[in-house]
Amino acid sequence: MKKAKRSKARKAVNKKKKLKVAEEVKAPVLTQHFARRLKVQDNINTDYVISGRYKFRIQDPKELCKHIFEDIDPEFAARVRKGDILVAGENFGCGSSREQAPQSLKTAGFYAVIAKSFARIFYRNAFNIGLMLIECNTGFIDDGDTVELDIERGKLKDVSKGLVFDVKPIPYVMKKLLEDGGVIEHFKKYGGFSFHEQT
Amino acid sequence: MASTIAEKILSNHCGKDVRAGDISVCDVDFCFGQDGTSSIVIDSFRKLGLGKVFDKNKFCMVIDHSAPSPNIGVSEIHKKMRTFAKEFDLGLYDSGCGVCHQIVPQYGHVTCGDLVLGADSHTCTYGAINVFSTGVGSTDIAITLASGKNWFKVPETIKVIVKGKLPVGVYSKDIILHIAKDIGSNGATYKSVEFYGEAISDLSVDARLTISNMAVEIGAKIGIMEADNKVLKWVAGKSKRAPKPVQADIGARYVAVKEYDISKLSPQIAKPHAVDNVSDVGELAQQRIDQAFLGTCTNGRLEDLEIAAKILKRNKVNPEVKFIIAPASREIFLEASKKGLIDIFIEAGCVVVGPGCGPCVGTHNGILADGEVAISTANRNFKGRMGNPNSFIYLASPATVAASAIKGSIADPREYKKRLS
Repeated sequence: MKKAKRSKARKAVNKKKKLKVAEEVKAPVLTQHFARRLKVQDNINTDYVISGRYKFRIQDPKELCKHIFEDIDPEFAARVRKGDILVAGENFGCGSSREQAPQSLKTAGFYAVIAKSFARIFYRNAFNIGLMLIECNTGFIDDGDTVELDIERGKLKDVSKGLVFDVKPIPYVMKKLLEDGGVIEHFKKYGGFSFHEQT
Repeated sequence: MASTIAEKILSNHCGKDVRAGDISVCDVDFCFGQDGTSSIVIDSFRKLGLGKVFDKNKFCMVIDHSAPSPNIGVSEIHKKMRTFAKEFDLGLYDSGCGVCHQIVPQYGHVTCGDLVLGADSHTCTYGAINVFSTGVGSTDIAITLASGKNWFKVPETIKVIVKGKLPVGVYSKDIILHIAKDIGSNGATYKSVEFYGEAISDLSVDARLTISNMAVEIGAKIGIMEADNKVLKWVAGKSKRAPKPVQADIGARYVAVKEYDISKLSPQIAKPHAVDNVSDVGELAQQRIDQAFLGTCTNGRLEDLEIAAKILKRNKVNPEVKFIIAPASREIFLEASKKGLIDIFIEAGCVVVGPGCGPCVGTHNGILADGEVAISTANRNFKGRMGNPNSFIYLASPATVAASAIKGSIADPREYKKRLS
C-alpha cells in the first residue's frame, strides 16, 4: 500500500520535473525530488560509496553505479531513481580520493547530495564532475520524503513534513564550476581558471 | 603579518600573500596518480583536448594498489597507463616498484617547501618532510598535468604539540591513533595540521611519515612538520631541486592548539570499522585474529620491518594466523633482504609479497573470509576495506601486529621490551 502510494507520488514528481528541467544544474528555480536516506548517516566514506572491489577493475560508470553503498546497504542502489536526492549526516565522503565515488552517484541518477557536512576531497571531486552538494541540517528528512530545493534563495523544503530549512550557500568557486558543467568544461571555456582574484 | 606553514607555501606558489580563506591559483611542483585513479586522470586529460602535458618531469604514475594485476579489468587499466606513459614520455613506476607514497619522496620527486598534488588521499604523507602535499581526485590531477596549476582554498591551521618521551614498545603509529581518537575523523576537516614537540623531533623521518600519512584520517588537508636536520639530511641527494624549508612565523594564527603528553601512552588500536574508534591494547587482549598484515604507505618502511623482525626473530607465527608482509618499495625490500630481515620473516612463517599496497585495499594478496579478523599496520579499517564487508580490521603499529601474529590474538608488544629497547 505504502509502495503504491510512493510510486504514485514519484510519478507526480517526475511529471513536475519535466517542467522544471531537473537535469540542468544551471540556475534551478525550484526543483522537487525524492529523498533517499542511508541507514548509516555519519562518516560515510568513499569505500562505502563504491568499494575498491569494483572500482579497481570496472571503468564503466554505468556498471560501477550498480554497486553504490553495497557494503552498508546492499538493497540501496536498486531503489535510486533519476532525480533523487541523497541524504546523509556528518563528514560524507571521507577517506579515499576516488573520483569514482561522486561519479557513481551522479551516474546512478542523483540530482544532488544533501549532508550536514562533507569531507574535503569528495567535496572538490563532486563539483569538479558537476554533482551538486548541499550542506544543510538533514536530521528531519526521512527516506522517501519529497523535498523541494530552491538554491537561489538557499531553502530546502521537506514537502512531506511541511518543514523548511536554510541551506548553506554554495561557495562562489563551486557554483562557477557547477554552472560550467564541471572543471573540465570550465577550464576549456576560460583556458584556465576564471576565479584568480576571487576570495 | 605572521603566517602559518600552509599560508607561506601557498603564497610562495601563487606570487602573492594569501591568508586562510583566500582562493589562490598556484603553480604545482609535482603531481601523480596510482592505478586506482590514473584511468580517470587519462580520460579527463584527453577530454581537456590540449594534446600535451605542461611538464613531463612534474608528473608520474605508480602501479601499486593492485600490482601485479589480479584480474583482467585491472590488467586493462595497467595497460592503459603504460600506453599513456609511452605516448607522452611520462614517468611510470610499474608493478613491483612500490607504494606511490614511498616512491614519490624516495626518488626525490618532492622536497621541502614544495606544493604537491596526488590522486590518492594519503598524499598528505610528505607533510613530514615539510611538503604541502594533499590528495585530490583524478580530474584535478589532469588539470595540473595539462597546466602545471590548480586552485586552492588556503586552509586554517590547527597546531598540535606532542610532548614527552615515547615508552619502549610504543611508536609514532600509536601517537597518531591517539590523536585520531581525540580529534575524531572529521575534527580537522579542510584544515592544515602543524605538528610540533619533542616527541616529534625525537622520531626518525620514517616514523614521522606515519603521522603525516594519517592526517587525512582526521579530515585534514595537510599534516605538516618543520624541516629539521634529520629531514634535510633525508632529502639531501634524493631531489635535484634545492630544499626550501618553510617555518611558521611567531604569532601565526591557529584556530586551535592541541597538546598531548605521550610519556605514558600505551600501544593503541583502532577497532572496526572506524580509524578514530581507538582503545589501549590492554582492552582487547582476548581478541582472536586470523590474519596480520605489515606494510602500506603508513608502516611498510625499513624501520617498520626492523621492529617486526626484532619480535619475530626465533619465533613462529601462530599456526592459526596468516602473516602477510609487503615492503613499501623495491629498495626497502632489497635493504631488508641484505639485513637478513626477510630470512627472519620467512623462517617465522610469514608470507612476504611484492612491494606495493598488498592487501590494504582488498583487491588481492590476502582477502578475508566472512567473519575473519585482521590486525594491520594500514591506515583504514572501514568495513569491506580488505575486500570483504563481513570481516573485521584492527589497526596498530608494526610491533603490535608482529606480537599479535605470534600470539594468535591481540598482544601487547611491550612483552618484548628487552628486544625492542
